[in-house]
Amino acid sequence: MFSRKHRPWQSREADITPKGLYLDRRAIMAGGGAMALAGLTGCDAQSNALAGQQAGSRQRPVNGSLDFSPTDYSVMDDQTPFPAVTGYNNFYEFGIGKDDPARYASALTTDPWSIDIEGLAGRTGRFALEDVVDFTSLEERIYRLRCVEAWSMVIPWIGVPLSTVLSAFQPSTDARYVQFETHLDRDEMRGTRFPVLDWPYVEGLRMDEAMNELAFLAVGLYGEVLPNQNGAPVRLVVPWKYGYKSIKSISRIRFVSEQPVTSWNRSAPREYGFYSNVNPDRAHPRWSQRSERVIGGNVFARRDTEMFNGYGEQVAHMYAGMDLIENH
Amino acid sequence: MARNPVLRTFSRHLLKPIAFWLLALPGLWLGWQWGLLLTGQAHGLGFNPIETTHRFLGDTAIRILLVSLAVTPVRDLTRWAPVMMIRRRIGLAAFWYALLHILAYLGLDLLLAAGMSVTGALAGLWRDVAERIYITLGMSAFILLIPLALTSFNRMQRWLGARRWQGLHRLVYPLAVLAVLHHGYMVKGQQLGPWVHGGILALLLAYRLFGTMARNRPQAKASAS
Repeated sequence: MFSRKHRPWQSREADITPKGLYLDRRAIMAGGGAMALAGLTGCDAQSNALAGQQAGSRQRPVNGSLDFSPTDYSVMDDQTPFPAVTGYNNFYEFGIGKDDPARYASALTTDPWSIDIEGLAGRTGRFALEDVVDFTSLEERIYRLRCVEAWSMVIPWIGVPLSTVLSAFQPSTDARYVQFETHLDRDEMRGTRFPVLDWPYVEGLRMDEAMNELAFLAVGLYGEVLPNQNGAPVRLVVPWKYGYKSIKSISRIRFVSEQPVTSWNRSAPREYGFYSNVNPDRAHPRWSQRSERVIGGNVFARRDTEMFNGYGEQVAHMYAGMDLIENH
Repeated sequence: MARNPVLRTFSRHLLKPIAFWLLALPGLWLGWQWGLLLTGQAHGLGFNPIETTHRFLGDTAIRILLVSLAVTPVRDLTRWAPVMMIRRRIGLAAFWYALLHILAYLGLDLLLAAGMSVTGALAGLWRDVAERIYITLGMSAFILLIPLALTSFNRMQRWLGARRWQGLHRLVYPLAVLAVLHHGYMVKGQQLGPWVHGGILALLLAYRLFGTMARNRPQAKASAS
């Protein structure tokens, strides 16, 4: 196990940040839009300075190791070696080559990082990442990752359940779907200068999928802060779906009533559906989905692909009665 | 140009061996990398060596095929006739890389996926050809390439006669189009690679089309008068 116990010489975030200050900050961040305007006009220099001071008061690690606790959600399969997990990536915002993200993603500024929360929810606005993800209650989940390109990895993620994060924004009952967007910066993300896809990258989940116990927001892997090429500083992990659903470097979350148009679905609707559940029986025009190459071990290693990537016990009930070939 | 003695010596003695080794180089590199991999050493095939192998062999086959189609235009533009001596060598190299590409797909994908069962692999091949348009296209291109490779020897050329041989070898144009389409349908999203190959192929095909039209024009006039 890679679990790391809290070390006595490390102070926890909660110990550092006085609770009053922390609650104040949340209130200020909630009114972030109005405050930014005030800052622009220079009318409210004092509260602007206060915000700056408080932004420094509650911090998150931007590199190095994270504190976390292990969970029962982990699989026992051999973990994909760290160099493969961080050297073989699909992150087209940094180029279409598998080694492009490792080469170019360091250009991305991940600190500070904010997420726009929009749509049908009680709390919306711009929030700092450290106010969206509670870095004092991180957990580890060792999940299988199945890419639609018929290869797979096993990755020890560090993060928080997506349901915890989304609930905090009080989604309304009309919010039947949640849409995610990857950050877009043409200077820092060199791949977005080419129209490989319609940028920014968009993904989405049905609300019950998003609230499923397996849906996870990762901020780290192998016990360390997420490397940029893996979607720093925060990414989705939905292990029963093909890898492209697990959107990286999220900067916008929107609660919506209609099914979002996701990037790959828009690019090639026949190939990539909204659900994109791992399904060995659904023929794909590019790759056979019946089996997969296992990355990082014996070069000839393959395994048979399982329905829902082997997570049927936790997720199959959400699709009861649905034709999963039609709704691929 | 042939009057230049240095160039004449080069054409006569060095052109063919140099072409041979240049064409063999990608295959030698790939074999060397697999040697490193299988003996547990650092290699240049990345974290998905089988995928790298497929891409490398496919790219090499298409690029060498494009080079083979560029030989005649180069001869016309430079008036350096000896370049025609290596045209067959280049075309055959494209065939060998395409064959390796297909063998790698059969062996490293289909056979492994079928647990080394040959009938399982053949069933997988049939499924792939039927379900995946890029494999249908690629297989068609390769099937058209086979008769060209088989009739590339002098004896076959004589047996067929120049006219029929040339007619048969015009298959290289549609098969090159199929090969580039195979590449284009294989990649995800909008990628540059297949468009570069396609653009070069379009230029080479346009050269022939307009060349044929230019040659036919005076004849048409002559027969009309």
